[in-house]
Amino acid sequence: MNREKVIFAFFIVLALTLNFGFFIGEIDNPDHHNVFEFFAALVVSLIATVMKFGDRTHIGAVLLATSLVADLQLVVAAFTWGYAEHVSGVGMTPSVMSSVVSLSAGALLANLTSVILLMVETILLRR
Amino acid sequence: MNHIFFTVFRRLRKPLITLIVVYAVSILGLVLIPGVDDQGRPWQMSFFHAFYFVSFMGSTIGFGEVPYAFTDAQRMWTLVCIYATVVAWLYGIGKVLGLFQDQAFIRLLRRFSFVRRVERMHEPFYLVCGYGITGRLVVSQLIRRGIAVVVVDIERDRIDELESDPLPLSVPGLCADASDPEVLRDAGLQSRHCLGVLALTNHDSANLAIAIATKLLGRENTLPVICRSEAETTTNNLASFGTDRIIDPFVTYANYLGMAIHSPYKHLIYDWLTNPEHRSRKSAYQKTQGRWVICGYGRLGRALEKSFEGKPVSLTMVDDNPKPAGLELDFVQGLGTEAVTLKEARIEGAVGLVAGTGNDANNLSIIMTALELNPKLMTVARQNSNSNASVFHAAQTDLVMEPARIIANHILALIKTPLLPEFVEQLTAQEERWCRKLLNQMNALVGQNELDSWDFDIDTEDAPAVLEDLLQGQSISLRDISRDPRERGRLLTVMPLMLKRDNEYLLLPEPQTPLMPGDRVLFCGDSRAYRQMGWTLANGNVLDHVLGKPLQGGWIARQIRQWRAERNQAAGSDSGVDPS
Repeated sequence: MNREKVIFAFFIVLALTLNFGFFIGEIDNPDHHNVFEFFAALVVSLIATVMKFGDRTHIGAVLLATSLVADLQLVVAAFTWGYAEHVSGVGMTPSVMSSVVSLSAGALLANLTSVILLMVETILLRR
Repeated sequence: MNHIFFTVFRRLRKPLITLIVVYAVSILGLVLIPGVDDQGRPWQMSFFHAFYFVSFMGSTIGFGEVPYAFTDAQRMWTLVCIYATVVAWLYGIGKVLGLFQDQAFIRLLRRFSFVRRVERMHEPFYLVCGYGITGRLVVSQLIRRGIAVVVVDIERDRIDELESDPLPLSVPGLCADASDPEVLRDAGLQSRHCLGVLALTNHDSANLAIAIATKLLGRENTLPVICRSEAETTTNNLASFGTDRIIDPFVTYANYLGMAIHSPYKHLIYDWLTNPEHRSRKSAYQKTQGRWVICGYGRLGRALEKSFEGKPVSLTMVDDNPKPAGLELDFVQGLGTEAVTLKEARIEGAVGLVAGTGNDANNLSIIMTALELNPKLMTVARQNSNSNASVFHAAQTDLVMEPARIIANHILALIKTPLLPEFVEQLTAQEERWCRKLLNQMNALVGQNELDSWDFDIDTEDAPAVLEDLLQGQSISLRDISRDPRERGRLLTVMPLMLKRDNEYLLLPEPQTPLMPGDRVLFCGDSRAYRQMGWTLANGNVLDHVLGKPLQGGWIARQIRQWRAERNQAAGSDSGVDPS
């Protein structure tokens, strides 16, 4: 067992699960989407990205790319949230909530790709 | 680029994760800790405000407690955050600075910039492996002739020298082991502009590896290699897989010295043709038969012994090491710098002396001591370091030989004029009287100026204009192409040395000799004349002018003339059918 591999897989899967936890629920109901969960998903996604730095294999490059996509989606979602709450003054309306959640759904897909790639790599390694 | 990018990010993984975690914990803490607003009502900081606050706190900008004054609990948490973020930043910045001071990383950066420079070369270049004394001379001579060079050497100091040497063109240099094929590839071995590889390192094994890699990886497997080799086994090995030229520095030097002593005029011809600064004709010795004393029986001494074989001279070797077993020559042990040793070698009765040790000071001392004992002695000194030139000049020895320079000139002749070594080979069969005549002709041609030599083939590449005229049945002689294109009545300061036709050599061909397609011609003369001759060879109009034919002009002029001729013809036929 490789400790580094455990940590690596842990963060990639955690990014997916947190993202999923935030995403699940009615899309426009703010009560179903916790801000702390969103924060955790963003931070873990960033950490997962940094952990993928420096892998020169092809699969490593694709993993990094999916992570960057997830980060981008989540950062835009966070920006939308912050803008609605503090700048425009409209507050957390159902329409803002649904755009934040749909952005996070995009990130969720990217994270899912990451996990699938990780599994593929693991299976190939076994053979 | 990829290497550097990945290295930087891999090294920064830990500091970046630390920074993210510290920021995340700080933000989370600020959001969770309850505060009060300006009215004293309970207030929870949002993520937006927390991120804003941590951002300016972490970078120690410090705008104060915004949006409302903090409670004591918040201040206590901020205290923790301040120290945590400062430490995280210091750690990250320290890592980055450390990375840029890391020798391995600096090497990587240098390698990268070298590869980029080689990739951007869009002119033909030679790849020189080994920037020692010989390599340095070869590089400077190539650059002087406008040929680009890429240098690889294993020692950092030498590459630093390359950067500080006053060369008119900048030369990409890499400090790496040239026997590694990956290094050769980075140095442009597979570039389509690479003209050839010169393996000039001090190690036979490295040269061998370079030669093999060049033959296997070079463009179309036919890239020329000129390789230095000190041992016979390496020489045979190199020859076995088709290394184009193999140069044993000691044998080359010994042959040069042997030629200087036994056939001085032949030697001077060779020297004039290969060395840009030629010596005066008077330096040819007349009386060379007798006994020679040779100080330094190393690899050079042994090579000399071979090249003196069968000549009417006897040798006395002087060396610091004890007499090697099985040596049949006269041998005296000692440095030769002291009168005792030289007397023991019977210097009074000797005709010449070669001070051929690897130490310049010793060589000078040997010559001074020997001349005191025998003022009529002919002296040959080996000069090892370029910087000692003035001392050797002042010592008034008959002949100063710089092995590195001789070898460099030899290599340069091989690169520049492939026919020249063949000419020198043909020369050995000639008598001294013939050589003396040739030398006088050369002297009359260029005097004290540099004597350049060049060769060309009568083919589409070297002489397209001449080839075209020959194929059309025109007769062109050597004298025709020696005319000055700017004034047809005058001849250029050139002289044909050799004509090679169907593997037959014709030495000093008559000017009237007609050229044939496929001929290879060797000329010598003024280097400016070389450029003018190149003009005649390549440009049909210049050739026509030189031959005294009417000019055809360029493509446009020919089109206009053709168009006019057609129009005239059409006008003529029109009037022909006119019934009136």
